[in-house]
Amino acid sequence: MGRGNSSSNPSPRIPSHHSSSSSSCSGQPLSFAFLFLFLFFYICFANSKPFQILAPRIGYLPLLAPLIKPYFSSTLPPGVDTIWFDYNGLPLKWYIPTGVLFDLLCPEPERPWNITVHFRGYPGSVLIPCEGEDSVKWSFINSLKEAAYIMNGNCKNVMNMSQSDQLELWHSVMNGNLEAYQRVSSKLKLATVDDEYASLCLQKSQQSVIETDFPAQAKTGRVPVRLYVLSVSKDFDDLDEIPRVDSWEKISYINRPVEIRKEDKCFTLHDALKILLPELFLDESLMNVKLGGVDLEDAVRNSNEDVTSDKVVEDQGQNACKRPEACHIYSSAKIKLIRIQGIEPKLEIPFSWVANNLLNPDYFLHVCVCVKVAQ
Amino acid sequence: MMDVLDWDGTLSAKDFRIGAFAFAQKWESRNLAFPPWSWLPCPKHPWLAPPEEEGYLSLEKICISRPYEEEDIAQISQIDTGEEETCCSGNEDVLDDATLVQSNHHELHYCDFHIVYSSTFRVPVLYFRAYCSDGRPLPLDEIEKELPACSSKELSKKKWTFITQEEHPYLKRPWYKLHPCGTAEWMKLLFLSDNANPKCEVVLELYLLSWFSVVGQVFGLRISFKISD
Repeated sequence: MGRGNSSSNPSPRIPSHHSSSSSSCSGQPLSFAFLFLFLFFYICFANSKPFQILAPRIGYLPLLAPLIKPYFSSTLPPGVDTIWFDYNGLPLKWYIPTGVLFDLLCPEPERPWNITVHFRGYPGSVLIPCEGEDSVKWSFINSLKEAAYIMNGNCKNVMNMSQSDQLELWHSVMNGNLEAYQRVSSKLKLATVDDEYASLCLQKSQQSVIETDFPAQAKTGRVPVRLYVLSVSKDFDDLDEIPRVDSWEKISYINRPVEIRKEDKCFTLHDALKILLPELFLDESLMNVKLGGVDLEDAVRNSNEDVTSDKVVEDQGQNACKRPEACHIYSSAKIKLIRIQGIEPKLEIPFSWVANNLLNPDYFLHVCVCVKVAQ
Repeated sequence: MMDVLDWDGTLSAKDFRIGAFAFAQKWESRNLAFPPWSWLPCPKHPWLAPPEEEGYLSLEKICISRPYEEEDIAQISQIDTGEEETCCSGNEDVLDDATLVQSNHHELHYCDFHIVYSSTFRVPVLYFRAYCSDGRPLPLDEIEKELPACSSKELSKKKWTFITQEEHPYLKRPWYKLHPCGTAEWMKLLFLSDNANPKCEVVLELYLLSWFSVVGQVFGLRISFKISD
C-alpha cells in the first residue's frame, strides 16, 4: 500500500554518553532531520496546469505563496489577493504545520498531494486571517512560547531572545536549515526529557553510565502535545476507504501537556495516549483488571461501598461490560491509525523517545489519531 | 491557604472553576450596570479527556462604542438586545454616505468576552470578538479605535505579543486573545502588593476578580470598588 513516506521505521537513536567532544548539539532532539522531509504537491488553480512543488513537512502553507503566485499571476484578475488553500473543499488551517495537515487529512497518503490554491474569497469565519510571513512567524513563536512554558515552567528564554536570534531561528525553520536551527534553538535551553529507551539499552549492554557525561540540560517530565483526532463513522479495512474529511467538525484537537510518569516500567506512547484518550482504553482497563487476577464483582462491590458517586457509575459501566455484547459498545470505537511526522509508531515505544525525536521545531509533538466511531 | 511568597501566581483547573464562580457571583451582586457572566460547559469532544475546569465564563453583547468625542475614559454602556435595533435604525436615514466625516453618526460596536482557562499557562485567558450591530465582525484596527488610549498605544508597540487573533480553544473560530504569558508573574505581584491582605495569603476567590481588574482595563471595563471589598 505504500503508506509512510518517511516510513522506514525509525530506529531509536542511542545517544553516546561517552563521547568526549562536548558538542553544543548534545541532547538536541533528532527530530530536525525532518526538516529535510518534503511533501510533493500539485497545486491547482482554476483551469491552469497544476504547479508542482516540494514543501517541507515542518513548514506552513502560506510560506509557499511567493513561489506559487508568479506561476498563476497571468490568470489572476487585478485586485488584492489573500491566499488560502483547500483540500477536497476543506479550507486548510495554515497555522497547522503542512506535514500534520497531510497526516491528518490523507490517511492513505496521496502523492503528489493535490490541493487547490485560492486568491480571493478568504473564509474568514473558519480560518484566522493571514497577513503573510509575519502572521506565520508569530503563530510559530507563540506556539514555541507555549511549549517552553510547559517544559520549563516559564517562557523567559523565548521572550528574552534577541531580535537577531529570533530572526535566525525563524529563517532556519523557513528554509529548513538544520544546522542553524540547532545552533539557535540550543540557546533556548529547553529541557529535553530523559530518554528511557537509551538508559534501558545502556543497562542491557551493561555499560556503566558516567553521570557527568550527561548533557547539563535540565530534565522535564512535561511534554507539550498537540493531539488531533479524526473521527470516522464508517468501518474500513483499508486506509483508502476512509471517507474524505469535509468539515473541521470531524476533527477535534487540543493542546495538552503529558506528564511522563516515573514508574518501575517504561512510560510508553501507549501510556501517553491512554491519558489523552481515556475513553478509548476503557476496555483495556477492564482487561487489566481481569488479567491482574482481581475479581471484577468484588471490585464493583467494594467501590459501591464507597460513597463517591462518580466512581460507582464508572464501575457499573465496567460491570455491564462483563457481558460480551455490552462490551462491544465500548470496543466499537477504536483507534485505527496513529501518525506522528508521517510515521506510524508502535505503541510500545518509550514516550520519552517519541518526545525527544519526533517533535516539531515549535517543540510541540503533533500527534494525529484516526478513530472509528460506533455506529 | 498558601503563602503568596511561595506561590508562582498560577491557578489549577479546579481553582479556576472556584474562582470563576466567586467572580461571577460578586459581579452579579454588585455590578448592576452589566449583564451577569454565565458559566458555559466546555463542549464535549468525543474521546478526548475532558478538561478539569469543565467550562468557561461568558459575557456577551457588551457595547464598547465610546460616546462621540469622549476622550480618554471609555464609558461602557450596556444595551439590551431589543434596544440595539432602534438606536441605530434611527440614524440610518439621516446618514449621508457621501460625506467623509460622519459628524453625528457613530455606529455602535459590541464585544463578546470569554474567560477560558489555559492548561498550559495555568491562568485565565481573556478571549474576545467584536462586531457591528448588523453582526459584521470588526477587524482589530477598528476595535483599536474603541479602546482607551493606553491600550491602543500598547497595541501598536507590541503588535504580535499583546493581542492576536487565534482560534477559540472550544469554538474553533477566530477570536482575539490577550496574551497570557506574563499573567502568572503580575498576578503574584498584585497579591504581594495588596495592603488589605497583610497575611499574604492567596485567596482563590479573589483571583479572577484581581485578574479582571487588570485585563478589563484594556477595554475600559472598570470594576467598581464596591465589588472588590
